[in-house]
Amino acid sequence: MAESKNDVRIGVYVCHCGSNIAGTVDVDDLTSFAQQQGSVAVARNYKFMCSEPGQALIKKDIEELGLNRVVVASCSPRMHEPTFRRVCEDANLNPYQLDMCNIREQCSWVHKSGATGKAKALVSAAISRAYYLQPLERREVLVTPAVLVVGGGIAGIQAALKVAEAGHKVYLVEREPSIGGHMIQLDKTFPTLDCSACILTPKMAAVKAHPDIELMTYSEVVDVQGYVGNFRVTIRRKPRYVDESLCTGCGICQEKCPWKADSEFDCGLGQRKAIYTPFPQAVPNVPVIDPEHCVYIQKEGKCGACLKFCERGAIDFTQKEKMVDVEVGAIIVATGYDLMDPSAISRLGYKRFPNVITSMEFERLCNATGPTGGHITIDGKEPKSVAIIHCVGSRDEKYHTYCSRVCCMYALKFAHLIGEKIEGAQVYQFYIDMRCYGKGFEEFYQRASSEAVNFVRGRPAQVTDFAMTPEEKGKLVVVCENTLVGRPVRVPVDMVILCPAMEPRADAKEVARRFNLSQSADGFLLEKHAKLDPVATANDGVFIVGCVQGPKDIPDTVAQGLAGAAEALALIEKGRVELEAATAFVNEAACSGCKICVSLCPYSAITFSETEKLSHINEALCKGCGVCVAACPAGAIVGRHFTDQQILAEVAALLVDTRPATVAV
Amino acid sequence: MVVPSNNWEPTIVGFLCNWCAYQGADLAGTSRMTYAPNVRIVRVMCTGRIDPTFVLKAFQSGADGVIVAGCHPGDCHYSEGNYKTIRRVTLLRKLLSQMGIDPERFRLEWVSAGEGAKWAQIADEMSAAIKAKGPLAWWETLKEA
Repeated sequence: MAESKNDVRIGVYVCHCGSNIAGTVDVDDLTSFAQQQGSVAVARNYKFMCSEPGQALIKKDIEELGLNRVVVASCSPRMHEPTFRRVCEDANLNPYQLDMCNIREQCSWVHKSGATGKAKALVSAAISRAYYLQPLERREVLVTPAVLVVGGGIAGIQAALKVAEAGHKVYLVEREPSIGGHMIQLDKTFPTLDCSACILTPKMAAVKAHPDIELMTYSEVVDVQGYVGNFRVTIRRKPRYVDESLCTGCGICQEKCPWKADSEFDCGLGQRKAIYTPFPQAVPNVPVIDPEHCVYIQKEGKCGACLKFCERGAIDFTQKEKMVDVEVGAIIVATGYDLMDPSAISRLGYKRFPNVITSMEFERLCNATGPTGGHITIDGKEPKSVAIIHCVGSRDEKYHTYCSRVCCMYALKFAHLIGEKIEGAQVYQFYIDMRCYGKGFEEFYQRASSEAVNFVRGRPAQVTDFAMTPEEKGKLVVVCENTLVGRPVRVPVDMVILCPAMEPRADAKEVARRFNLSQSADGFLLEKHAKLDPVATANDGVFIVGCVQGPKDIPDTVAQGLAGAAEALALIEKGRVELEAATAFVNEAACSGCKICVSLCPYSAITFSETEKLSHINEALCKGCGVCVAACPAGAIVGRHFTDQQILAEVAALLVDTRPATVAV
Repeated sequence: MVVPSNNWEPTIVGFLCNWCAYQGADLAGTSRMTYAPNVRIVRVMCTGRIDPTFVLKAFQSGADGVIVAGCHPGDCHYSEGNYKTIRRVTLLRKLLSQMGIDPERFRLEWVSAGEGAKWAQIADEMSAAIKAKGPLAWWETLKEA
């Protein structure tokens, strides 16, 4: 390095973080310890280093004391590294001359005793690493002004519309034949009871009509390459066997198709044809042919009713799966949730008794476009008494410890709808706690409670058809302890509605991998910060919105969709993005030309020049993982900002208190 | 020979990848889990960056144990860095025993960004295990050799 030892002037700043750090770590002791370390020009502590005065303190020292390295001992670098890098930049110090020392998340917050000693070791390590830090130049690249939205539920629809409204290109990819997601399956929405389809279909139509939105339904993202601002995404378009450009959506094909299958949209309660649109307001209003049930496909050319009757000749059995590449600057993942299959909890009788149904099945029964035309009937019989069981798989350590957040409210809605449609019906709510926390929710709870609803506090042990009294004969009996009176109850009813947990999608893990995201312990995708960065992720340029991040109701989901749009717009409107400078380079004098590094690089950033017999790293492709640095047998590859010298110095100083002073390392 | 006193506590170095394990350790803090203060963390971008020399350097500098923790297989932020770590660690374990270091003083762990509790548990387990083994004081061995 160019500077001599005397030229290195390090400033160490210890943050109290109120009492978050100072309550456990002796910050004065730590500061005087830091002051005694070699090359440290100044060490100070302050209540909140990240505050304006704290930042000003550092800036002033850099300018007045001529500091050329800064160590901030505070929270995790994942929290405030950008803040303090900016402080350095403002004072004309290269931001990479900063080292953060994590004495909060990894010290004061997790240790009751011994925190000061550990903090000293960490600070000593940071100072030693800082000594070897080098100024680095950040690269700027242009951002592709387009956004990919994955998932066409309400979250994705909202995000896509907002980005398009701002005048940018949006690719909206949906796995199912139509957009709409779970919301379009719902009947009424709490607490206002507006019809779900009535409020959603205008938005769906707007998506279709918008010139800047390219809608790709019946399609899936299979590969994501690139980095923030410049992603290349491969989308698989499954064959619809119907030409979208020719189909007018007249529906004659569905009328004439003789083959039937259970309707996924109606949760298997109704049937659809082998060529179908999942529901009447589907967007796009173009049917798909389900190859599993289409006899033309299964038996090679037998049938073909749709072919014969389609006046436009839109049926095309020669369609093949297509791969489409798109380039975007930002990605919004809105892939939603799955409803838990409650047959896993066999004691509740789902799939064993036909009149035990899930909440989504009830939504379809209640809906005018549903299989019963909106009449709440099972096998033609209208229930006179209904039990609604809350928290099926939620708030249950055997399944999911989290609360699904929407069940209390839709259970109240169900009670209201049953009361509206079936005169004199008795409804029993089996609940643990009523959680009605949102705007207008408590009011709805009060309203629903004043109607004919019986609340039983307790988690039902069993749903059985075993009758112990004549009244129970032919009924389902919900067996439960009413915990408010401390007594077991048996409630005979005609129908049981289960409120199953909202779960991460079955393929959440693959989705996380495809977009390079993490999952939280509950399996939902992990946001950057639970409170202050709720839609950003660890992967810059990829945002998560809606239930893919955790259970949410419609208003929260919509808000997140808009937040995701704002994040994506902030990125693409700016037009440029700064990339990490911490990449690797080859010290050509030391490279022996062994080519080990070439095959290791996951980004194919290393090429080998046969003429020079040397490896070269393309820094635009390098992401700074350091795999090649560790593997180079000649030590010829340098990983910027994490050099061998920096890390080895850090390790030695980290352990300085563990060995006698006479032992040099 | 270093004779441990009754209240001797081991010192362990943890090399944690920035994207999963380091975040997991941060989460343990945010969730205010408590664990033994024996593990001192060095942040690297990927476990694939970890040169076996770093581990040897830690032992030489006075560590009684070393943990390398990264993303679960398949979840690496850089696609496959942790697979390279697995390969390197296999050789490293052999090297450690050849150098007279009990390979059990070294651990490779997978900790996701959501697994704060797992990190706290690993730190406690490793601290207890190394405490039971006693001090390594490898510099003594190196001096003799």
